[in-house]
Amino acid sequence: MCLAIPARIVELEKDNAVVDAMGNRWRAKTTLLPEAKLGDLVLIHAGFAISLVDEEEAKETWQLLAEIADFDQTKNKLSG
Amino acid sequence: MLERIHKAQTVMDAACKTLGRQINIMEVCGTHTVAIFRNGIRSTLPKRLKLLSGPGCPVCVTDQSYIDVVLQMADRDDCVIATYGDMIRVPGKGGSLETKNTKTNVKIVLSSEDALQLAKDNPGKTVVFVAVGFETTAPATAVVVKEAAEQNIDNFCILSGHKLVVPAMRALVSEKNHNIDAFLCPGHVSVIIGYGAFAEIVEHFSRPCVVAGFEPLQIIEGLAEICRQLSAGKAELKSVYPAVVSERGNTTAQKIMAECFEEADGYWRGLGKIEKSTLKLRDKYSRFDALKRFNMTEVPGEDTSGCRCGEVLCGLIEPPECSLFKKACTTESPVGPCMVSSEGACAAWFKYGPER
Amino acid sequence: MTKAKHDRILLAHGGGGQLTDELIRHHILPNFKNDTLAELGDSAKLNLASNSVYFTTDSYVVKPLFFNGGDIGKLAVCGTVNDLAVAGSKPIALSLSLIIEEGFDFESLDKILASISEAARQNNVNIVTGDSKTVETGAADKIFINTAGIGEKLPGVDLGFEKIAAGDKIIINGTIGDHGMTIISQREGIKFQSQLQSDCAGLAGLTCQLLENTSGVNPVRNKMPEVPTSASRGISNGVKFMRDPTRGGLAATLNEISRATALSIEIREADIPVNPTVQAAADMLGFDVVTIANEGKFVAIVSPESAEDCLNICKNHPLGKEARIIGEIVQTRDVPTVEMKTKIGGKRIVQMPYGRELPRIC
Repeated sequence: MCLAIPARIVELEKDNAVVDAMGNRWRAKTTLLPEAKLGDLVLIHAGFAISLVDEEEAKETWQLLAEIADFDQTKNKLSG
Repeated sequence: MLERIHKAQTVMDAACKTLGRQINIMEVCGTHTVAIFRNGIRSTLPKRLKLLSGPGCPVCVTDQSYIDVVLQMADRDDCVIATYGDMIRVPGKGGSLETKNTKTNVKIVLSSEDALQLAKDNPGKTVVFVAVGFETTAPATAVVVKEAAEQNIDNFCILSGHKLVVPAMRALVSEKNHNIDAFLCPGHVSVIIGYGAFAEIVEHFSRPCVVAGFEPLQIIEGLAEICRQLSAGKAELKSVYPAVVSERGNTTAQKIMAECFEEADGYWRGLGKIEKSTLKLRDKYSRFDALKRFNMTEVPGEDTSGCRCGEVLCGLIEPPECSLFKKACTTESPVGPCMVSSEGACAAWFKYGPER
Repeated sequence: MTKAKHDRILLAHGGGGQLTDELIRHHILPNFKNDTLAELGDSAKLNLASNSVYFTTDSYVVKPLFFNGGDIGKLAVCGTVNDLAVAGSKPIALSLSLIIEEGFDFESLDKILASISEAARQNNVNIVTGDSKTVETGAADKIFINTAGIGEKLPGVDLGFEKIAAGDKIIINGTIGDHGMTIISQREGIKFQSQLQSDCAGLAGLTCQLLENTSGVNPVRNKMPEVPTSASRGISNGVKFMRDPTRGGLAATLNEISRATALSIEIREADIPVNPTVQAAADMLGFDVVTIANEGKFVAIVSPESAEDCLNICKNHPLGKEARIIGEIVQTRDVPTVEMKTKIGGKRIVQMPYGRELPRIC
């Protein structure tokens, strides 16, 4: 039960993050995912990152991500 | 994507032909129920493949005594109720949080952290966090309980309604409904507990358990995998959601949950009492338990309204088989929680289902 | 002329005396320069060309007052203009009524009035009469606005439910859910930063163009190329009906049409334009994007022969670049239904939404 969507960490200080999902920016905590780093794609549920998201699998899994050409550009912008 | 869907449909068609009988697959999770309807998945499945909705809607399986306690707390001038949107319309004795909201002490939050912040911002009030949800959501509650303890935020407490999925599945398949051939397992609960948690259902009850996410392709491929197994006479544990689900799950989340909560017997609407199926705050954190704080108890009661939510939650009937469905019980005037909850099977049938 | 002395609304600004005069002359009038309003008569006298007049009213209580892509002022003009536009009329004049809470700051009020002025200018309507009242703190939530509007019937245009028939196509002029999700993103308790923008816009320019080029009006007047022969029969059998899908979104509008006509509707999810940012925001909160409000969109029911032309007219207009044909009207089998073919080829019913969509986590 649970709405959760993939989003990219665009700001991170200790366990306080800002994540971006298609241009929406939400505050989220990484308390449950201490291994998360800036630029990672994570799954967000109820304001918490609960899992890292494999980039390749993400495109296979979420249709919205597969459809968006920007997706790849965003990834390069953050890790580049 | 359409190619993959056709491939999955071919597998399902073949399996149904091989087996020559109706296949009953229970989709445990309420979010799956809604996704199945919103994407019109039922209409793409073979006629012999029946999807049963399960007790995976945390609002639906919450006993009315829980919401009655919340409503009593909402009546207090010294309380602020912080709740996820899911609970707002659930009816209890004398209304719902929505109707109580004229007192403006009911706040919808998107995160447990927002509830804790409310406590910090309102030192003169006690914030009660309505903590419902399965294992996906329980760790978020555990985090803020720990924070409240560390930071001495004493005007914060939770009313734990957290429940565990596997005990419910065990109770279903062993006692309540012997017609379940397989389970489509909840994707995001599995992120936390790991898909390995469903191994006991596979081993003790020989039912295929396949974990899937909530995109339509995920669900269809999950169903196809189940069909493949059934037609081969197998019962295996699999996940089609490798993007985020591992066998072990999120161990950090599991540790935090275990630190704050212990398993307790609990009462589930429709399923009755299930052993070790709910989460209760450990003694170390019991001062954050709203029931202790206000000296209240939940007393599970009998539902005499004619509501058949219990049977719906066990997958024994479909909502249209209930005589109240769409007549006395609608989304505008719901009788039972399965119609109120945005994830309830009855609401989903009502909003998205075919006209009968 | 005495300089305005106050930075906030006082009750006396609604008292009818000096401060009311100050409010009108320093804040309201400078934004709305037209002869009719300048007279400050008790009523505005309008000379209309047609005997058929359209009249509508709406009140605006949106919170927050200011949002990405607009504010309550712009909304108050565009919303009323659009009600006139989708009825098949050319908006002519608006009234403007303000109910202002004591303590509301003039800086915000001036911004709103400037928005109203700009929106009116862009939509070629005049604010010809108005009223302002002030109420005690707590009796209103900052500011409430009512606008009533008058429009002139376009010659040869006659829209209505009774014109709709099985086979007619359904067109929407662009992406759905933008306004509603923008508002939600800026509400307390849910607030999140976003590139989302309200689609708030006045549609009369586009609707008039659509109607004038697909109905029985003399085609020589327009700059569009040859109108289809069906239209030159002198009857408006191009566009049959229009409505703006505001509260309740596309789902509410299509259900209203289905109920009123006793016909059914089939739409295709893959053809409904949605901004990915809007979709992602809706997914995060558990909203169904077809139920979310729009403020710069209309749904048009058009004859099958005119559908392509209508689509092209929309696409050639700034407010219709992402227009699509999303479905059609069909005969009802047993109960009037709105059914959607999903992206994966499945079928689902689109019901009339419950009044208040709540965010969920489960």
